[in-house]
Amino acid sequence: MSTTIRAEALPARKLTLRQRLDLGNGTFPYFLVAPVIIIIALVAAYPIIDSVRLSLLNNPLIPTGSTFVGLRNYVQIIGDPAFRNSVGVTITFSVASVALETLVGFGVALLMNKAFPGRGLVRTAILIPFAFPTIVSAQIWTLMLNAQNGVLTYLFQSMHLLAPGDSLLRTPTGVVIAAVMIDVWKTTPFMALLLLAGLQVIPSELYEAASVDGSSRWQQFWTITFPLLRSALFIALLFRLLDALRAFDLFYILTGGGREIQTMALYSYANMFVGTTFDFAPGVAAAVILFLICAVVGIVTVSLSRISRN
Amino acid sequence: MAKQVLVTPSVQARVDTKAPERQINWGGIGRYIALIVVLIIALGPFYWTAITSIKVDAEINTSPPTLFPQSFTTNNYSQAFLSVQPAFAKDLLNSTVVAIVTTILALIFGSICAYAIARTKFRGKAGVLAIILSVQMFPLIALVGPLFVFFTNTLNVYNTYVALIIPYLVISLPVTVYFLTSFFRELPPDLEEAARMDGCSRLGSLWRIILPLAAPGVFTTAILSFITVWNDFLFGLTMTADATAQTVTVAIPLFNGEHQIAFGEVSAAAIIVTVPLVIMVLFLQRRIVSGLTAGAVKG
Repeated sequence: MSTTIRAEALPARKLTLRQRLDLGNGTFPYFLVAPVIIIIALVAAYPIIDSVRLSLLNNPLIPTGSTFVGLRNYVQIIGDPAFRNSVGVTITFSVASVALETLVGFGVALLMNKAFPGRGLVRTAILIPFAFPTIVSAQIWTLMLNAQNGVLTYLFQSMHLLAPGDSLLRTPTGVVIAAVMIDVWKTTPFMALLLLAGLQVIPSELYEAASVDGSSRWQQFWTITFPLLRSALFIALLFRLLDALRAFDLFYILTGGGREIQTMALYSYANMFVGTTFDFAPGVAAAVILFLICAVVGIVTVSLSRISRN
Repeated sequence: MAKQVLVTPSVQARVDTKAPERQINWGGIGRYIALIVVLIIALGPFYWTAITSIKVDAEINTSPPTLFPQSFTTNNYSQAFLSVQPAFAKDLLNSTVVAIVTTILALIFGSICAYAIARTKFRGKAGVLAIILSVQMFPLIALVGPLFVFFTNTLNVYNTYVALIIPYLVISLPVTVYFLTSFFRELPPDLEEAARMDGCSRLGSLWRIILPLAAPGVFTTAILSFITVWNDFLFGLTMTADATAQTVTVAIPLFNGEHQIAFGEVSAAAIIVTVPLVIMVLFLQRRIVSGLTAGAVKG
């Protein structure tokens, strides 16, 4: 091409959509990304919208016999003490579980931060609970907490934490405690390894220099450790919290499907698949409410992290 | 950011000449004790399930429970495999087939998507990532209702592999894309550019250069996708009705009767289902952690 320099200004052009999207690779990337987006749109986004539609119907399992009933299903479940109970259970379980596993995970990460012989083995070994499918870990812990033959029940009774013949799973509070215990057991390794990786990125000279300057370990934690860990911690907390809010497998096994103690997901399932066909739409409504709660938590958390970063 | 302190020679000298510790390292001993406690808690249930699975029923029912097995039997394992209600062996097959097919599909779609995210520029990339990651946040129970109605009434694929593979793709794709993207990003771009200059197309460079180089990362991602699908319980419970397509996770609680808990068989089934996963996770733990933390720490 010739390199004549044009002195006059070029007339302003309106860019087409194609040209605006092109950042140097043409429209090719969109074709690469399309299959995944389409699958997600069809199998995740569309069902959510359809859930809302189903929740506004009466008896949608019979295609010809369903009528639009507006918010009646929502009113019905909000008036149901079992639903309100399940909201309490879900929130209590989620907060307790995520708080504990973060604290314990942080403790384990601190323990493993200094190199010691066998650290690699320990790191490998503590990942084992994470490899268990949730349903399997729930099942084996339920066996250990069994009233007659459970080894943990035996231990608790020996330590006089339980009366002879009693088991942790007999009361609703006990079930929630057991659930928190099992969930913390399974996911603390994940938190611990994540925090450990974050801790190990912090150069030790920062700590040495700070202690030479006379700052205490507590001050070091707040000024050095915490800010540098914050972003990793945030993401982990968000995902764990959302995981806990939608807990299903764990409580299904612990309660055997009983109705006295349920998470919102379990309440929704019981209505959809264990009740009559008239319970299907209220079950969907409960699931929609859970989805809205998760969406709000997600949006609030992400916004908070944006704000704190600025 | 933390306050930066210059480590000048005088500071370094002060740090280096700290008095050597002469007293007993209580901190070190405490650390070891704490680590042992952590290990006992982490591995205890696994050990307990393993020994329960080889005890005879009589010993399982004795009180106090025995820490070291006094008996040995393979009865629990054979009963688990031969079980008809639930059809454990068939369920194992179902889980395996569905997990493999889902993983293959997820790798195909996910790798081209990850390539686009890692290697190309396009407007809306942040939006694409947000959409994919937000799927991880969905409570799956909200998908179950419409999918159940759709599979039963419209498509008539209820209780078949298809009814499982479709939702499993959705739960596997975020993990697959996330890890493949982080592994692709680690590869040096010069090789591709050299290939492009030699006339290789973009997709060609993906197949011929990136995938072979990223093979360990692809393998790790495949395993993670497999584990994600294998672990599912909710879809297996709601999209299937019997051993035609039932997954192995659904089978495990079904060993228990109305009033009778099948300790031995359930423990054996749990070991069968978990040991392959434990081996996979142990084998890949370094890669899994680096893949997880690469995104988070660079964040």
